[in-house]
Formats: sequence, structure tokens, C-alpha cells
Amino acid sequence: MRDTIRFLRAGKVVEIADFAPMTTLLDYLRLSERASGTKEGCGEGDCGACTVALGRVRDGVLTYEPVNACILLLGQVDGADVVTVEDLADGTALHPVQQAMVDTHASQCGFCTPGFVMSLFTLHHAGFAPGRADVTEWIAGNLCRCTGYRPIIDAALASCTGTASDRFAREEENTRALLDFISDERDVFLGDDDSFFAAPASIDALAALYARHPDATLVGGATDVGLWINKQLRTLPKIIWLGRVTGLDRVEVGESGVLIGAAATFATAEAVMARLDPDVGEVWRRIGSKQVRSSGTVGGNIANGSPIGDTPPLLIALGATLELRKGDDARVMPLEDYFLGYGKQDRGKGEFVSGVFVPWLEDAHAFRAYKISKRFDQDISSVLAAFRLTLEGSVIVEARVAFGGMAATPKRATATEAALVGADLGRAVTWAPALAALAQDFQPISDMRASAAYRQETAKALLGKALAEVAGSPTTRTRVRGIREGQGGGYGRVA
Amino acid sequence: MDGLPETAPVEPEKTGAGTVAADPTVADAVVADVAELVGASDPAAAPDVAAELAAVAKASPAAAELRIVGKARPHESAEKHVQGSATYIDDIAEPHGTLHIAPGGSPAALGRILAVDLSAVEAAPGVVAVLTHADVPGRNDCSASPLGPEPVFAEDRVEFHDQVVFAVVATTRDAARRAARLARIEIEAERPFVDVDEALLADQDLMPAYEFRRGHPEMTIAGAARMVEGTFRLGGQEHFYLEPQIALASPREGGEMHVFSSTQGPSEVQHIVARVLGVPDAAVVAEVRRMGGGFGGKESQASQWAAIAAVAAVKTGRPCKVRLDRDADFTMTGKRHDFRFGYKVGFSEDGVIDAVDTELAGRCGFSPDLSLPVNDRAMFHTDNAYYYPHARIHSRRLKTNTVSNTAFRGFGGPQGMVLAERMLDAVAYSLGLDPFDVRMRNLYGEGRDITPYGMKVDDDSLPKLMTQLAKTADYAGRRAAISEFNASSRILKKGLALTPVKFGISFTLTHMNQAGALVHVYSDGSITVNHGGTEMGQGLYVKVAQVVAEEFGVDFERVRVTSTVTDKVPNTAPTAASSGTDLNGAAARVAARAIKNRIAAYLAKSQGIDPATVTFHDNRVTAGAKSLPFAEVARTAYMNRISLSSTGHYRTPRISWDRPKVRGRPFFYFSCGAACSEVTIDTMTGEMVVDRVDILHDVGNSINPAIDIGQIEGGFVQGMGWLTTEELVFDADGRLRTHAPSTYKIPTASDVPADFNVALFDGGGNREETIYRSKAVGEPPLMLAISVWCAIANAIATIRPGRVPDLDAPATPEAIMRAVKAQRQG
Repeated sequence: MRDTIRFLRAGKVVEIADFAPMTTLLDYLRLSERASGTKEGCGEGDCGACTVALGRVRDGVLTYEPVNACILLLGQVDGADVVTVEDLADGTALHPVQQAMVDTHASQCGFCTPGFVMSLFTLHHAGFAPGRADVTEWIAGNLCRCTGYRPIIDAALASCTGTASDRFAREEENTRALLDFISDERDVFLGDDDSFFAAPASIDALAALYARHPDATLVGGATDVGLWINKQLRTLPKIIWLGRVTGLDRVEVGESGVLIGAAATFATAEAVMARLDPDVGEVWRRIGSKQVRSSGTVGGNIANGSPIGDTPPLLIALGATLELRKGDDARVMPLEDYFLGYGKQDRGKGEFVSGVFVPWLEDAHAFRAYKISKRFDQDISSVLAAFRLTLEGSVIVEARVAFGGMAATPKRATATEAALVGADLGRAVTWAPALAALAQDFQPISDMRASAAYRQETAKALLGKALAEVAGSPTTRTRVRGIREGQGGGYGRVA
Repeated sequence: MDGLPETAPVEPEKTGAGTVAADPTVADAVVADVAELVGASDPAAAPDVAAELAAVAKASPAAAELRIVGKARPHESAEKHVQGSATYIDDIAEPHGTLHIAPGGSPAALGRILAVDLSAVEAAPGVVAVLTHADVPGRNDCSASPLGPEPVFAEDRVEFHDQVVFAVVATTRDAARRAARLARIEIEAERPFVDVDEALLADQDLMPAYEFRRGHPEMTIAGAARMVEGTFRLGGQEHFYLEPQIALASPREGGEMHVFSSTQGPSEVQHIVARVLGVPDAAVVAEVRRMGGGFGGKESQASQWAAIAAVAAVKTGRPCKVRLDRDADFTMTGKRHDFRFGYKVGFSEDGVIDAVDTELAGRCGFSPDLSLPVNDRAMFHTDNAYYYPHARIHSRRLKTNTVSNTAFRGFGGPQGMVLAERMLDAVAYSLGLDPFDVRMRNLYGEGRDITPYGMKVDDDSLPKLMTQLAKTADYAGRRAAISEFNASSRILKKGLALTPVKFGISFTLTHMNQAGALVHVYSDGSITVNHGGTEMGQGLYVKVAQVVAEEFGVDFERVRVTSTVTDKVPNTAPTAASSGTDLNGAAARVAARAIKNRIAAYLAKSQGIDPATVTFHDNRVTAGAKSLPFAEVARTAYMNRISLSSTGHYRTPRISWDRPKVRGRPFFYFSCGAACSEVTIDTMTGEMVVDRVDILHDVGNSINPAIDIGQIEGGFVQGMGWLTTEELVFDADGRLRTHAPSTYKIPTASDVPADFNVALFDGGGNREETIYRSKAVGEPPLMLAISVWCAIANAIATIRPGRVPDLDAPATPEAIMRAVKAQRQG
């Protein structure tokens, strides 16, 4: 048992024994360190002004990932190298990313700039030479209201060339040694039985701790919990962070499918998910932002049961199953069965999501997914539609259809699925019953994202579009972005 | 002469509009110098007064080659920005004992306050004080408008949801925010008027309607060969400056108050804080080094927070800081005015407009704030770049029980311009003509050059500029390619539009068109310049520093711009209306020249030469055969008791506006540009992507092309957001449902097309005598984005040619689908 958290700051080990469990990394930086370079723009992880980099050794590689410090708990930086905008310059010489930002006139008011610099710092260290689409995806979580982004993109292209050429690259060995020095496999527990920050190191320790404190808050990436703290001002005295649980962050690629551990981040699972289908990869890349995907966990996105989460409908259509654990007991269920109603899930007291299994698509499967939102990147869906059609020749023999944003929970369209069976892709007239059946499956609501009528009509349009595409329409003729032809996904424009 | 009136005595200047006195400020400065010199005790050291006067008269620099002005140069804080070392107000080391404030808002949009129970708030941990209107020592009024008060804290009634009723002062910000949630406010709720339609039905006018009328619009439309009419809605816009509203007030001795405020109008903050505290203006100092964005949202909207911080500082005797969280910033501060427009246009078979009859219904919110000039400016731009022989432009300003709408980049101008472009589209689509051709036919030109408000348009650059852009953007070629694409594409449709911008420069409240500056040369030759303008990212400080460095002929690095603070330069206009550089750059130059002239007079005297022959360049001053480093000259001047400090004042010439009579010349000049945008829409879902944008914009002789390009690109993208993804949704109870970036979507990087071409138009500089013949650039480029909205409409129009698309703004996927469906159904 360790009763401190330890992390690196500017080449030095910092060890903290006493902090309020809900303390955010941003408050620690600004109020305790009085390091004011990192800014608060929104307090909900949407603007990226508070972006800092966390360096960790992953699969033997020292990796820097961008995170939103405003919704990251201080305890979550345990074991990481915490890099902020103040750390980048090398004496009087600006970091290559900083210099490029100056050279391209990429700052105006300057308030978002530290966040952009830190996002680009992680891109500088990402180990590949990005193209323009890679850059815009990488900075989708950084809002700038002044520049219109063009100079920032130019700065990224000029300074992120695949090879890190900064002090951090030079000092990598030292950093790795220090990270190794502070890493251990002990459970972390700060506080007492009434108020604590805990980070168990094994799944058994987690199960035991949660059984003892079923009222504790389980934290994956805190990309949602951070909002409970900052926006709802909830008091969460007992926090159990899953980020140190050995094996819980695994992404296991097997014969029959992919097992995603509950604490695996979206970023960790991204490459594998894109292998399932280009549309899965495309939706995945549009979940939150780079920062959110670096922190947020697949398990958390499911466990919270949000009606607007993008992963559940996607995974339901893919036929995923959910694994839950309580103490020593484990159970498995189809993912769709987990969502009982608005804000209500099939999870008992002291029970936690341990993983989700996603089967591979088979040759007979055709898959399509669409995300509709006001803004393309980093927005919450007004409608998310996912379709897995099993074909025999041109006839649909089975269908899994799931929607987000259409009901109080992510939900399968069972009437539509039934009506799709027997439909012939070659004869559009046979699609009509399924298109009509959607109205039986959903009675969506109107809110600030879209009206009920738009949701209903768009759901129908997306089903029609999926059928047309599977029937042979090239997506260059059916989509404005997310073209599948040519290597699937990406941000290619219509030719 | 390249710049302002420089000579004294001043000759009246003849203009077409009558006699307008030219700027006497240079003469004033000289008189001040004379007084100072006369008071000097050492006659030997004092330069000859006559010689100095002569030098002032002649010191207008020859059209020498510019060394600093006109060159691209990074923002003066760029290196600080990228290192996180640029200090915003929340980054200032807090004075010892600083307390933190959280405001508490009304739970209802309209009604009488029955009870405010703050006992739980007061008892919460960390709470030091709770403020209500009863704690206001002076007037409980933070209104920017003479038309009506606006309470700092609501008294007996609330008029919009989340209107500030009280504020908590606590030892930490977290404690203050948590305590604020414990209040129990009871309201006898009434049904609020939330949107323009509700307000129109009930005749909820906040102020009298106003109208421009020329000729016989109704009759002309009735008799015109063709007529088209329509209505549509145009949404508002949240500023979403990245730095939320913030103020830090520190009590000083003798009842004085120092306020750091993230504001575009420090003088206004000073005056309002003084009013609220009940002290003279002179007892309050307002200061701002930089804002993390403003866009108009910190013009009048910063004052309330500064006032609350100051009231808290008075009550507790300690420094007090208020920083709004993002949600409060959304719900408690004003936005761009949204409108419902109605129009009728009469025109000929070839699309030349005979008359327009327009109705502009603007949502003002609960109080006047800046709604009068904003709605006026919408009217001033309902012509955009087009000549309407007969016109009725009728404006109603509706009161709603929502937060008071306010200034936002363009200040109503963009709204009026959207109406103009819709009318031009309507003419084109109903005739089956290409909208570009119709636009060109209706531009102002010779004999067709009087606006509906009676000002002559003497800028004739737009026909040339638009023709040039159509060529470089290959409008015709792409129009053909798009037609071909659309003919064979069922689901996806492309659209293309090339639209102009003609934006009037000057505050329409004429007295606001003035600025002051203060320049010091220190005895080591370093220079500071201070002026009334504020830096919000637009690059004002770097441009003004360039002007001063150019004047003194020294390296840019020698000049430092210091915080904008009301005890250095008083009675300033807010940095708004794109006027920052025009006004403050000119004032700084006046100040710099006064000092230069004193130095020149002194050196000339000692050398026995004509002061006019003294030159300042390359960090040296040359007087006759003698050439000295600037630093040495500064030191020598100091040793000889020459004043090295001067104020400068500037006021815009040639402008006048008689609002009741609808007469005058409200604008000094127009800033013009044009943009060509291409989009693709998905007619099944309403999704849209901007494929390409080409911009050609006239900034006159640019003082700093890098800064100007930044303003153009950034303004365009901000305008694009307004017209596409940014949607403010209020519910029936008047609650704003989109109050954070999770629900209110400003553009991200991937919304900006890779094919984004921006060029500066070579129009030979500003025809008016502005600072270095440059043109204002802050607001006009925002309106270039109307081309995106028109391109979307263009794509929708292809579904059923001959019909005008019913596209509202913002063109969200849902709005596009509504228009697509209507177009299909005809």
C-alpha cells in the first residue's frame, strides 16, 4: 500500500500525500503550483485551453498524450510525467512547436494558445509525420475563436515531422529512468474510510475495495466525473480510480473478437476498432477529442448509461457483450440488456463493468455507422445509427440496428430489424416495410441538439442510406465526409 | 501628405457635405508645448518657441520609405502566448487576502421577487459576505445606455433567467460557487416573452421603431416588372471568447478603487464602477493589459462584473475577484442580436432592383444596452453594396425576457448584410439568373451612389475587386463543373456563391470617434506608448507600436506598449467598431510627433539649422552634419530639460450624423472585400462541408499584413460558425439550453477548408487620410462568411430551380433539411 501519489514535473519527482480527492489537475497547477500558463476556458473538457501532456511508458515506448487538466483528477497523474506549457522552452530557445506557432502568426488573443502548444507537443512526439487531416483531428479538442485555425495547422505541419527534436527527446532516457523509479505495483490509498482517493493495482483489490465501499465513485478517465465536480458541484468523497488496475486497460485481440478492458481508453482501442470497419473507426475518431479519448474509457462510456454516448449503439450493432464483476462473481450479458431506462442500468451495488467483448464482423456482414451532429468534430450526436446486416446474396437474413439519441437509452430497433429480414438489396421496394417500421421503434424527443421530427426523419434517411450503400452506391455519392472508398474513413472530400 | 492634418494653424476643410472643421488637436498639442516651454525656468535650455512651432509645422515626414509600418511582424505577445507567460487577469498574482465571488441568478425569466433567502448561503463554509442590491453604495445601475438602467443586482423584479440577484464572497472560488447554489429565491413567475415572434405579437417594443425611407418603395414595387418577397430568421451568436468575464477589484486608500477588468472599454468600466460606488470617476482606476478575446462581448458586458467586484471590495475591505464560469458567462451576458426579417423587392427582368421594402425585427433582450446603435447599424447595412433607388428600411427593437443582447463583431452590420444578400439571391433565383451576375448589376456605381440614409458612396473598388476575385477563384469554370456535378448527383448537391462586403467605418455615435495616447521617451532612449485602445488579440498593440517606432525611426523592439489604464489616458472610447488602429494609431502618432518636434527644434537650434531638416531614422537622429544615436539624443534632450513626454489626441474628421433627420455622413469610409465559397450538402441528412473559400479583401495600405490576414481568416471562420453550427436555443421558459461548448458549437479546425485562399486587394490605399492610409479590418471580414450561407442556399436552390430556398440561419443540418424539404415540396 502506498499513501502518496508520485509523478514527474520538469525532471523532478513530486510526491503528494495530502490532497482533497476531487482536486483537479488544473486546480493543482494554477492554485497550488501557481503555474498559470495552463488556462481554464470551459471547465468541461470541451475547449482544450487547459491541455497538458502526460508522458507514460506504453508498450515500451515513452508516449506523451494530451489531456484536459480541468476534468482530470490530480490523483490520475500518478506515475506520469506531467508536462505543461511552461516546461517546453529550452532555456531561451522556444520549443520547435512554439517557434512554429510564432512564425505562422498562430496566436491572437493567446488564451487558447498554451492548449494548442501542448496538443502539438504531443503530436511532435507522436512518431509520425501528420498530414493536414491528421492535424485537424489531433486538434479537434482545442477551440480557437480568433485565428480560424489555418496558421495553427501550418505550425503543426511545420513542426511535427515524425521525429521529435526537442529537449524531451534528448532527455528521454533520464525521463524513463525517473518514471521507472516512481512506478510500482502497490495499491494507492490516500485518506480514510470517509474520504479517500484510491487506485488499486489489481482487479481483486478493486473488487474488494468496491465491495467495502459500494458508495464510492469509480473513475475511469473522469471525462464525465470531472463534469459532476466542476458543473454539478457534486461532492464525491470516495474516489476509486481504475487507471492502475493491472490488466483492466487491456485490449485483447482474439480469434473471435476484441476484448476491451473497462479501463482501456478510447485512444488505446482506436486502432483495433478501426480494423473492425472503416465506419467504426470514423465514429471512434469523432468521439470527444484527442484529449477526451486519451483519458476517457470505453468502460466508463458504457457504465454511465448516457443516452447520447456514441459507443453503446455502435457496439450493440456489432453484437457486443458486457462483462460485469462484483467481489468474486462475474456475469456476462448482451450489451443492449444493460440499459434499462433513462439513467438506469443493470448494475448492482458494488458491481462494476470489467470489460466489453466485440466480435469480429463476418464475411456475410455488411456494416454501416453514421454520426449526425451540428458540428462534425467533437460534438454530441443528435442521431447515431449503426447497422449490421447479414446477407445471403442480396437478401438480408438478419439485422442488428441500434440508435443513439433516439430514446432514453441506446436502443435496438427491433421492429425495423424484423422488417429488414427478407429485404432484397437489389429491389428498393422491399425496403419500405423496414423504413416504415422505424416509427414503431422510436419516439424521440426534441432538445437543443435536434427536434423530434428531424431525428425521426434522419433515422429513416440513414437506414435508407445504409441500404443504398450496401446495395452498391459508392460513398463518394452518398456522404460529404467519411468516405469509405480508398482505405476507409478519413476526411476526404467528394471528388 | 500621407496622413492626418498636421499643420497649424488649421484651415477649415471643404467637403461635399458642407464645412467640417479639420482636426485641431495638433494645434492643441503645440499650444500645450508652448505653455510648458514658457514655464521653463532656464531660458538657455528652453528651445526657441518660434522655432519649435515652425518645426511642428514642417515636420510632416516626406514620403520616406517605411521601415516598420507595412511589414509583417508577429503579435507583440506571441512569444509570451506560446510559453504561457502572457498574463491574463486570472494569472496576476493575487494580492494578499483576495476573496472570490460567485454570482447567483434568478430561477425564473420574469416576475416579482417574493423572497430571497440567503441564510444557507451565508452559513456555508468559507463565505465572508453575501451581496445584494442593498449593498450597493451608489446607484444600482450598470447600464451602458442612457435609455434605461440595468441593475447590478435585481431589486423587486427579475427580467431574464439567471439575472444576477446576489453574489457570494468567499475565501475560495470553489466555496463561493458551492455556496451560491444554496440560495432560495422565490419568484411570482409570469409568462416571459422569449423570442422575436412572441414579442412582435404582443408589441413588446423596447424603444421606438426607426426607419430609412427614400422615394416611393411601396408604389415602385407594385409597379415593378417583377416582385419577390419572403421572411426568414437569423440566429444570434455567443461570443465565446476563450477567457470568460473577469474582474479583480482592490480597495485603495481614501476610498479609491483599482479594478483589473477584462474589458474593451476601461473608461466605461471606470465610470460605471464610480457610479455604482457613488464616488467620482477620479477615484477609480480601470486597467487591462490584454483580454483572452472580446469580439464585442466585453464592450458593455464587462462592467457588471467589475462593479460587483468593487462593491465586494468596499464591503469586505479586501481585494475581490470574480471570474464567471463558462455556463454563467453564457447565461448572464449578452449575445449577438437575432432577427426576423421580412422583405419585398421590385426589380426588372434582368434583375436590377427598383425598390426594396424591408422589416428588421431584432431581439434586444430585457434592457437597452447597445441595442439602439446595433439595430441602427443593421439598417445602415441592409444595402450592403447595392443601390436601392427606392427603399424602406424599417426597424423594430423588441423587448424579450432574455439576457440583453449586445455588441458582437459587426454590431448589427452582419445581420443587415445577410438580409441584403438574401434579397439579391431571391431576385436571382426567381429569374433563374446566376446570383453573381445579379449582384454585379446592382452594385453602387456612378449615378447610383447614394445610400438609403443619404450618404454618397465614393468608394468604387468593389466592381473591380469582385471581378478580380471571380477570375482568380475561377467562378465561371467552377459554376459549370458544379452544374454538371449536381445534374448527376441525387443525394449530394454543391453550391457556389460570391458575395461582397461593404462595411461602414466609424462609430455612428459621432462623439465616440476620438482617442488619446501618451508617449514617453526615457533618457536611455527606450519608449513606451500608452493609448486608450485595448488588446484582445487583434494586434492593436503591435500596430500602434509599429507606428511609434516608425515615427521615431527606431527599431520596433525599442517601443513598449503598456497596459491600458484610465489614469494614463482618460475618457476613451471602447475598442470597438474596428476603430482601434484608426483612432489610437493616429493619436499615438500625434503624441510621438510632438516629442520629435521638440527634439528637432532643440537640435536645430544648437546646430543653427532648420528644424525641418532634422531626420529620425535607423536609430539615429541627423541634424545638419551631426548624426547621433537616438539614445544619446534622448539623454542630451533630457539633460537640457526638453520634455520627452506627450499626449496625443485624435478625432475622426468629416463625419456627422443627425439621427432624427436621417441625414449626414455617419462613416468616414467603407472597408470592402468579397469571398467566394463552395459547399457540398447532403440532402438526406442536412450535413454540409465547405469545400473551398477564396477571399479578396481591401485593408488599404496594411500596417501589418500578417495581423490583417489573421483578422480576415479569423473573422471569416467566426462568421461561418455564426451562420452554420452555432445555435442558441432558448426554451419556452426563457432558459438558454446551449450554455457551454458541449452544446454550443463554434467551428473546429476540420470545419475550415484546406483550400482556403486569402489575398489582400491592391486598391491603392485608403482614399481617406487614415493612419498610413490603412483600412479598419476588425469586423468586416466576418461578413465574408455570408458567402458560405449563400452557397448552401445555392445548393438547395438546384433542387427546384426558380424557387427561393427557405433557408434560415444558422444553417445547421436540421435547418438545411427543412429548406431542402420545402424546396422539394415547392
